[in-house]
Amino acid sequence: MKVLVAVKRVVDFNVKVRVKADQTGVETANVKMSMNPFDEIAVEAAVRLKEAGAATEIVAVSCGVQACQETLRTALAIGADRAILVETSEELQPLAVAKLLKAICQKESPQLVILGKQAIDDDSNQTGQMLAALLGWPQATFASKIELAPPGAKVTREVDGGLETVAIRLPAVITTDLRLNEPRYVTLPNIMKAKKKTLETLKPDALGVDVAPRLQTLKVVEPAKRKAGIKVADAKALVDKLRNDAKVI
Amino acid sequence: MAVLVVAEHDHGKLKKATLNTVAAAQKLGSDIHVLVAGHQSGEAAKAASQIAGVKKVLHADAPQLGEFLAENVAALVVSIAKNYSHVLAPATSNGKDVMPRAAALLDVQQVSDICGVEGADTFVRPIYAGNALATVKSKDAIKVITVRTTAFDAAAASGGSAGIETLAAPADAGLSSFIGREVSKSERPELTAAKIIVSGGRGMGSGENFTKVLEPLADKLGAAMGASRAAVDAGFVPNDWQVGQTGKIVAPDLYIAVGISGAIQHLAGMKDSRVIVAINKDEEAPIFQVADYGLVGDLFQLVPTVVEELKK
Repeated sequence: MKVLVAVKRVVDFNVKVRVKADQTGVETANVKMSMNPFDEIAVEAAVRLKEAGAATEIVAVSCGVQACQETLRTALAIGADRAILVETSEELQPLAVAKLLKAICQKESPQLVILGKQAIDDDSNQTGQMLAALLGWPQATFASKIELAPPGAKVTREVDGGLETVAIRLPAVITTDLRLNEPRYVTLPNIMKAKKKTLETLKPDALGVDVAPRLQTLKVVEPAKRKAGIKVADAKALVDKLRNDAKVI
Repeated sequence: MAVLVVAEHDHGKLKKATLNTVAAAQKLGSDIHVLVAGHQSGEAAKAASQIAGVKKVLHADAPQLGEFLAENVAALVVSIAKNYSHVLAPATSNGKDVMPRAAALLDVQQVSDICGVEGADTFVRPIYAGNALATVKSKDAIKVITVRTTAFDAAAASGGSAGIETLAAPADAGLSSFIGREVSKSERPELTAAKIIVSGGRGMGSGENFTKVLEPLADKLGAAMGASRAAVDAGFVPNDWQVGQTGKIVAPDLYIAVGISGAIQHLAGMKDSRVIVAINKDEEAPIFQVADYGLVGDLFQLVPTVVEELKK
């Protein structure tokens, strides 16, 4: 069974982002970039399926600028077998990415596509659901457990108030939540091996996809800052403040 | 053209998130219709018809809608979306699951998690864990939107008298089926609807300490309990307790952060709370930069004393 994993290059989660002075976006020049953490979980999930004998081949896909090659190399170092970069310098929004991934799926015919539930830059939480819709496949979002049982899979999902388990038919799209797994550290030998794996580059035009953005960003600003308050001496002072000043209890 | 709100409910009762979403819809200035999709959900439809300002309720009731499977609910939304200028749902786990699917089927780029309405096609939404706010303009004919519920004061649950129209549900897509649910049983208020939240972080040290140290405080205050991602990662508490960028977004009247250092990802989930209290042994912890009241010291000593003080 072939598994396709989609990965996004984002500003590293440890970086404190700065809004640009001209309000056009956030500063990304000279900022550390990494694989979106939820996508790392997706790659790890795919690799574990392969190690368990359930998957035979893992194809990692990324859409974006040339530097996404680095992100794909990381996916290859974790254990993906080959990679595809859909290269464009245009701004890509989730619907466009879903259309590109659909085109790749039609070429590659995977039985399963795994993606992170959300990218930590635009926080949209859309691409997986959109891909499933465009392919007419079932979706299991926010997965914390995946059990493959062809012709289907059983997926436990993190939902408001607890967990939910659904059965889905394959082929399907799964998006990962935090507790699905802990991605392994990539080792030097695996980084070296990853350099020899195939990385194919395509253009959106070649896939017949119009990626023009539908949302125009008018401005990006910093949110109003919260003022630091006061330190109180002890529990008694705290309860007094909450009762008499803030009046919240 | 009217605006459609997809209701969040448990077939019997409406969830408060629906009222916040109606409030966001009201800012668009058009008639508001509410879609109630469920099974044996007559009570929820009735409740929706009583929301102040709602003109019409569309009620689709069928077994295949009973578990809110995205494939079936999205198909229903798509079947009526063409009659509307906007389709809104709360950014709950259901809303986040269903709406992008519907948007893609409509060839629309969804606007996720809006916290402001600037006009019929222009919305404000947080990006980068709320460290930046983007104002975006949608070029799509239908605007598909999820709403950050904490950003909009709930519409009144009563005062309306909308008519209820029955809607046929599309057949079961047959793509997925529901197996079961493990709901965290709790007498406490729901995290996203609570007026007071007591949250613990890595500093709690163990799941047992959540029970021994934090629970008495939550009990005394009638509060919901939450946690930072670090506490969830460490296995102290379940993931549905998680407050933050990738967990729940909350804005209670009072948020008490205990043993939480205040990573930006956590602050993203709670910094709109009215009053924030931080209890932490590290004086330099970033949580104190957003806290109205800070208490520096050992939480295992301080929390029980706070409980004692509350009893006085």
